[in-house]
Amino acid sequence: MLQIEDLQVSYGGIRALKGVSLEVGAKEIVTLLGSNGAGKSTTVRVISGLVIAQAGNIRFEGKNIKNLPPHKIQRHGLVHIPEGRKVFANLTIKENLLMGAYYTRAKSELSRLFDRVYDTFPILSSRSQQLAGTLSGGEQQMLAIGRALMSKPRLLIMDEPSLGLAPMVVADVFRIVEKIRDEGVTIFLIEQNANAALRIANYAFLLENGVISLEGPGYELLTNPKVKQAYLGGVSE
Amino acid sequence: MDYSFALQQLVYGLTVGCLYGLLAIGYSMVYGVLRLINFAHGDLLMVSAYIGFFGIVIFHLPWPVSFAGAIALTALLGILIDRGAYKPIRKSPRINALITAIGVSFLLENVALVTIGGRPKSFPTPGFVSGAIVVGDVSIPTLSVWVFVVTVVLLTLCMAVVKKTRIGIAMRALSRDMETVMLMGVDKDRVISFTFALGSALAAAGGIMWCMKYPAVEPFMGVIPGLKAFVAAVLGGIGSISGAAMGGMILGLAEVFIVAVQPEWSGYRDAVAFFLMIVILLTRPTGIMGERLPD
Ligand SMILES: Nc1ncnc2c1ncn2[C@@H]1O[C@H](COP(=O)(O)OP(=O)(O)OP(=O)(O)O)[C@@H](O)[C@H]1O
Ligand SMILES: [Mg+2]
Repeated sequence: MLQIEDLQVSYGGIRALKGVSLEVGAKEIVTLLGSNGAGKSTTVRVISGLVIAQAGNIRFEGKNIKNLPPHKIQRHGLVHIPEGRKVFANLTIKENLLMGAYYTRAKSELSRLFDRVYDTFPILSSRSQQLAGTLSGGEQQMLAIGRALMSKPRLLIMDEPSLGLAPMVVADVFRIVEKIRDEGVTIFLIEQNANAALRIANYAFLLENGVISLEGPGYELLTNPKVKQAYLGGVSE
Repeated sequence: MDYSFALQQLVYGLTVGCLYGLLAIGYSMVYGVLRLINFAHGDLLMVSAYIGFFGIVIFHLPWPVSFAGAIALTALLGILIDRGAYKPIRKSPRINALITAIGVSFLLENVALVTIGGRPKSFPTPGFVSGAIVVGDVSIPTLSVWVFVVTVVLLTLCMAVVKKTRIGIAMRALSRDMETVMLMGVDKDRVISFTFALGSALAAAGGIMWCMKYPAVEPFMGVIPGLKAFVAAVLGGIGSISGAAMGGMILGLAEVFIVAVQPEWSGYRDAVAFFLMIVILLTRPTGIMGERLPD
């Protein structure tokens, strides 16, 4: 569904991606793991057009989308939930969701989308007139996911959705990620929480210093000694 | 100061205040979205006045057509200024945009000076705004009623657009987080263009009414109202529409009342605005309605 070949990005003189290649298969959860500064966010920001790539190829459903403006890429069905959630704090929850469905004009379609999101996240429904800035971190993450679902994604990129959330909430988030996948949306999940991500991932890539150093099915990486050592806190089960 | 004298000054103050307010909204909206002080904004008042003047005097168009034309063309010019001058340097440091804005302002003024000439042209006042309604000892100029009604209608419309429509919601979102708005599939340049068009249209409406009150059209007529409107926007809390309108009112009233109370200070009338700005910047830098921004 998404193919990336030899992607290279530098910020000024600093090379953040030194030739990243990876592939995300349709209707799967594919995860990209790596420590702070490895280049995970850079990778997905290039995919969604926020950062310009110096070299490489990005194809989404067969079409070349490299260096298109972000709003055009989004309208292909590739929706990116940025790191840190980035809900619009000065808008109400309902307005935030509406921003996700900016180009959906038909009333019936719009109310179907709202119903689906409110079904998945009842908390958003009961507080729809409240400013998003008043939500807790976990609720803001739910809103960010809900807002992305309003865009009818075929591929959903999630950049560290578990960042800064309490363990209970993290479990909720991962359950929702699986549910969305089961509804037919492909997920490209960026995580530092390797343990939880690998448990739900069909396939995983490990990014280190701007290159993919390891890849394989989720369960395989879960038992890989190197991953265990560096990313799973050395705990074996 | 007796009661009816005070009421009379209130009428004058509100009239000027409405005009400052209309002009201030454009400053405020563009600042809210781009963090840019569009110093060319005041000159749009002049452009609109000339278009209105030519429509009526040269092309003999009816009043409503000339006004509508002036508003539409000025809105278009607002969009073109953004696309031509500000969009190419969107990613540059803010100071570049500020200097560019001053350049655009000089450009508009001097193009008008060279092509039309510096001699003030007298703006024909339409019959329906002449005369006054007399209530007791207070005389309310018909023009003041028009200015007030038009301002309230435009302000209400503008606030409804920003509050209720999709593009209005996008404007508010853009003012906080441009990147995430783009991730929503929104073409940010369209939202920015819309912001310029809306602000410029309000400035144009203000410009036409300004000419009815002070009927001399000349290339630099937008400079002082522009500066005052900027002060009004800061006063109300730049970025806030209702704040800009309120800032305009406060400034208009302050100017009129200070001169009314101390007629010998009338020479300092224009200084009132800048005095108020210094006070507000020292005591409440975010303005009356302004919210604290992260940066
Ligand atoms: N806008 C930028 N300008 C300059 N350097 C940047 C910029 N964004 C990221 N970098 C650098 O690029 C490298 C990769 O950053 P990136 O944000 O992609 O890492 P990450 O894997 O997402 O890290 P984290 O887990 O902390 O989110 C880092 O060294 C970072 O400092
Ligand atoms: Mg990151």
